[in-house]
Amino acid sequence: MAGQLFSAIFVIIVGVGGCVAYFWGANKLLDIVFPSKGVAGTAAVDNLRRQGYVRPWLFIGPALLILVIYLIYPVIDTLRLSFMDRGGTSVVGLANYEWALGDREFRNSIFNNILWLAVVPAACTFLGLVIAVLTDRIWWGTIAKSLIFLPLAISFVGASVIWKFIYEYRGEGQTQIGILNAIIQALGGTPQVWISLPFWNNFFLMIILIWIQTGFAMVILSAALRGIPEETLEAAVIDGANPFQIFWKIMVPQIWGTIAVVWTTITILVLKVFDIVLTMTNGQWNSQVLANLMFDWMFRGGGDFGRGATIAIIIMIGVLPIMIYNIRQANRETGGH
Amino acid sequence: MAGSARKSVAGSAGVHIAVLVLVAIWTIPTLGILISSLRDKDQIIASGWWAALTSSSQTEDGRLPPASAQVEKDGKFVIEGNLFGDGPAREISAFGVKSANPTEFPAGTAADLGDGVTLQVNADGSFVMSSPKAFEGERGRRIYYASSAPPKFTTENYQRVLFSEGIGRSFINSLTVTIPSTVIPILIAAFAAYALAWMRFPGRALLIATIIGLLVVPLQMSLIPLLKLYNAVGAFFGVPAKTYLGIWLAHTGFGLPFAIYLLRSYIAGLPRELMESARIDGASDFEIFIKIVLPLSFPVLASFAIFQFLWVWNDLLVAMVFLGTNADQIVLTAQLNALLGSRGGDWEILTTSAFVTIIVPLIVFFSLQRYFVRGLLAGSVKGG
Repeated sequence: MAGQLFSAIFVIIVGVGGCVAYFWGANKLLDIVFPSKGVAGTAAVDNLRRQGYVRPWLFIGPALLILVIYLIYPVIDTLRLSFMDRGGTSVVGLANYEWALGDREFRNSIFNNILWLAVVPAACTFLGLVIAVLTDRIWWGTIAKSLIFLPLAISFVGASVIWKFIYEYRGEGQTQIGILNAIIQALGGTPQVWISLPFWNNFFLMIILIWIQTGFAMVILSAALRGIPEETLEAAVIDGANPFQIFWKIMVPQIWGTIAVVWTTITILVLKVFDIVLTMTNGQWNSQVLANLMFDWMFRGGGDFGRGATIAIIIMIGVLPIMIYNIRQANRETGGH
Repeated sequence: MAGSARKSVAGSAGVHIAVLVLVAIWTIPTLGILISSLRDKDQIIASGWWAALTSSSQTEDGRLPPASAQVEKDGKFVIEGNLFGDGPAREISAFGVKSANPTEFPAGTAADLGDGVTLQVNADGSFVMSSPKAFEGERGRRIYYASSAPPKFTTENYQRVLFSEGIGRSFINSLTVTIPSTVIPILIAAFAAYALAWMRFPGRALLIATIIGLLVVPLQMSLIPLLKLYNAVGAFFGVPAKTYLGIWLAHTGFGLPFAIYLLRSYIAGLPRELMESARIDGASDFEIFIKIVLPLSFPVLASFAIFQFLWVWNDLLVAMVFLGTNADQIVLTAQLNALLGSRGGDWEILTTSAFVTIIVPLIVFFSLQRYFVRGLLAGSVKGG
């Protein structure tokens, strides 16, 4: 056990040392191969130019190599595998996609994912914005923000346990130890097994993600709100605008760009939601989502890589518009740079 | 920054109450498992955690000693004793002899059970049963009682999950996965970020666009090809496919786009004059990077390190695909997920394990919140 930690520390030393040695050594080598000092004028200029060609690639090389192995090649290979059979040996054309369209579980996942996409980003953004505005006006706002921000540090699995405890159901006649059922009972209602109620259980799972991600929306939007010029708000107050008008007509339009960023970021997260569903229901009671279905197919019955890859491609298609938008946006910003 | 305009529109009391309610909703769930993890395991199921400070009451049943325990006193046959033996002190409020009415008689009264038989059960658990005739039978009489136990807090749950439920070992495994996965990408990303920010070379714009694209590529796109690759490499060299080295590299790969993106936008914002004056003094790119850029970038490196640490520590998917589930490899999140399956209703185990898994992120989060927020603001394009 301790040996394991030692090996981890050893790896850090070797890894970091290796990196330093590579960058330093490669740089040194470049100076030796194309010397710029101690050679005649034109040769030195030539060599400096050659160094200028090579050096960026030395700097970027290791990162590029890892990116190619761990992201670029897999993306291409996943696309290829989605047209292959379960072992990835023979081409089956569009058979996996046809299977997906006809599969009950897949269609249920698509339906649920759309439901998640419709609810979670909107709820997080809205709640985050409201909390950001409210906490800005009170002296203990920073503490309040810290506490609402806190779940962002908690793993999805940990959060699932926390909320499973809230939704806990004990049989009739027993003391309800889940706070939700205890409240329902105190109000005269009937306790329920919340996570196995088809359709509605989706919302009980979504609450977990909303609970985690609202803090994220709040922090980003809070920073954006502070960027609104003071004069704008003062002018609105002088003109007699009430708090709601100030919120909807002045604050929201001013930070529209930031709201879009928060919204899309949470949208991507929702498309990939996996841990919460796996730990809460594992897709039972019609609560399946794409990412969990994909994980399931990766290992189900020895694993069906064709179908798994197909589901991954479907998730990717959901992300694609955001990806294209981001790249265009970034190109515009760095265009003149 | 919050100036007069913002203050003046405040409907003060309403805002305070609204924020208080929201804070309560956001903290109560975590508070629930923290309190439960410190409670006695019998009390967890006897009452909700919000009642942890009040005595928990439950209805139990027990058996009195058999006829062989009787003694003859003053012409009567008597069985005496204490229901709790040497067990924990509890208080009995009522008792009964029928399951239909388990709290028929208040504690301390002598109940008439018919045929001259009387039974008295006192609050401390002591009882006296007497009868004019000798008791018979192998089995003692069944009685029911409502008992309440004073609040009891214990660290027993922690000892149990850490040492016999595998959580302690998983904690070490999680550290083993997380530390190298956090440190290794930093230098690699920093060099790449510097090149992308301050060096001119063909293909730079394309590389930046690729990295921004890769930021949002779902992890799911990488899993199957990498699993195949790892299996092939493992088979080729005759080594296991699931190794710590494998997951270190995988996390490095998955963290790199964000690292490069975050670092590049920071490094690109460093003052140009600084670089140029250093260059005029004859410093090479390598020297500029080591002596100027790296020290100045400390805040953003810290931001990234915190992000990556939390991300890797909290990850379940990558660990389930690239690591085994044996005791020597299973990480905390995977172990907690396994316990949810095998210990479904044992809330003392689950709440305690959950708290152990979240304690490290919470400490990191509270002590380094400033860097965390900074990273969040700078890199809010990432999908998480």
